[in-house]
Amino acid sequence: MKLDDKLFLVRFNTDKLSHIKIIDPQVCLENDDRTCTRICPSHVYHWDEEEKRITIGYEGCVECGTCRIGCPHGNIEWHYPRGGFGVSWKNG
Amino acid sequence: MKNFDVIVVGGGPAGLSAAISAAQGGMKTVVIERGDYPGTKNVMGGILYTNATNMVVPEFWKEAPLERPIIEQRIAMLSGDQTIMAGYRDPAWAAEPYNAHSVLRVPFDRWLAKQAIKAGVMIITETLVIDLLYEGDTVVGVRTGRDEGDLGAKVVILAEGVNNFIAVKAGLAKPLKPDIVAVTVKEVIALPKETIEDRFCLEEGQGATIELYGDSTAGMMGVGFIYTNKESISLGVGAILEPLIRNHWTPNDLIENMKSKPYVKRLIQGGETKEYLAHLIPEGGYNHVPKLYRQGVMVVGDTAMLLNSLNREGSNLAMISGKIAGEVAAQSIQKGDISEKAMAVYETRLLDSFVLKDLYHYRHMGEFFEKNPHLLTTYPKIFSQAAKMYLTADETPKKQRQKEIIKMIFENRSKIGLLKDIKGAWRGLL
Repeated sequence: MKLDDKLFLVRFNTDKLSHIKIIDPQVCLENDDRTCTRICPSHVYHWDEEEKRITIGYEGCVECGTCRIGCPHGNIEWHYPRGGFGVSWKNG
Repeated sequence: MKNFDVIVVGGGPAGLSAAISAAQGGMKTVVIERGDYPGTKNVMGGILYTNATNMVVPEFWKEAPLERPIIEQRIAMLSGDQTIMAGYRDPAWAAEPYNAHSVLRVPFDRWLAKQAIKAGVMIITETLVIDLLYEGDTVVGVRTGRDEGDLGAKVVILAEGVNNFIAVKAGLAKPLKPDIVAVTVKEVIALPKETIEDRFCLEEGQGATIELYGDSTAGMMGVGFIYTNKESISLGVGAILEPLIRNHWTPNDLIENMKSKPYVKRLIQGGETKEYLAHLIPEGGYNHVPKLYRQGVMVVGDTAMLLNSLNREGSNLAMISGKIAGEVAAQSIQKGDISEKAMAVYETRLLDSFVLKDLYHYRHMGEFFEKNPHLLTTYPKIFSQAAKMYLTADETPKKQRQKEIIKMIFENRSKIGLLKDIKGAWRGLL
């Protein structure tokens, strides 16, 4: 089963505001490990080769917190979404 | 500003247990939860332990939305397509006083929150706590994300989960590092109840668990699990984040890898995935337990790193720590002393309980596995090979076969290596 199909099963109350930010985009240019593109369980982070930057699909964040801890450069500012927004599990 | 005796940050098992015991101690208590209602943000494998839950809500099994009482627990080691396993089954666990149940956290936590409300707890939902409120050095409440959202309290209990934002801001915890958290993904896979009972050899309503080591995590420090629910299976896998990063795995590839193993595949065949979930597990153990208290504050559950991964216990440690913190809050407020010294009673009581005793007992375990990454590759291989050689019927006399097995073991691990591992296991696990 593809990850995209699995993510369709997750329920979200999407906020208009993003709760995720790359602190310094230059760091992602200078380091090609791009750990966030692999460790995020819901593939929120994607390396855009044309624009040479990480794009963030914050709407699909399942709020585990892995990216913030796993970025070897400490370059991700990740908070919980505002109260009432974000993932809303059906089973848990 | 609205004032309470006790504010609990977070509506999971730890926070709700804390709120229940504080309210039972006569405190005006509020739980602040960021989800739509307690449960919608909450994930675990999910095994709930009877003894601890019963201490928070007596005879909870009569009403709570539980999945199945666990009567069989299996441990499997995967090595390629081979599996070696051990298990324990006792049908007596299907009846009172039980030992553990599988649960789904959304319905369970919602139910637990209703018990808190019955005990007099107020629950504020859809509200994120941003920070503690101070007057000088004294904690006087919390700041929430709402406009004019400051709330006053004599004691704040931090049950914010594994992501310990507020505990770090308060100077109690350190930021988490990739070597002490496991990233875990899980699928809830729907199957008819008769199919589940047939595949796991269960009487109607009974449940089973399987923990899978070795190739279930591609040999990385971690574990896979399969738990039976009423009409679904919770299947998941978690690995310490540091090796996951180093080995370039994605969490979804890891769960797909485990699902493709022959032994696992057949158990979930024909099932329909209903939800895909992810969560971090605090694996730091005793040496990474934060400072558990300061004046007017106590830290409980995952935020306090109270998790015993070897025995797959977490919800019970969370609930007992919450219950004790709620009691200490109530007693301190009644005595009119919410100083740091009064809060220290919480730590003393945790040290006297199995919660910190168990973590202390396993304090060398994390280091043992971290320094010996071969353990979850070499031993599943050795055990599987040994079993295969022992069980293969051919013309080799058994005496010779046993010699071959011993030779195979030493080919995979030297005598000195074996002795080191046994010594390490003794120190780390016993």
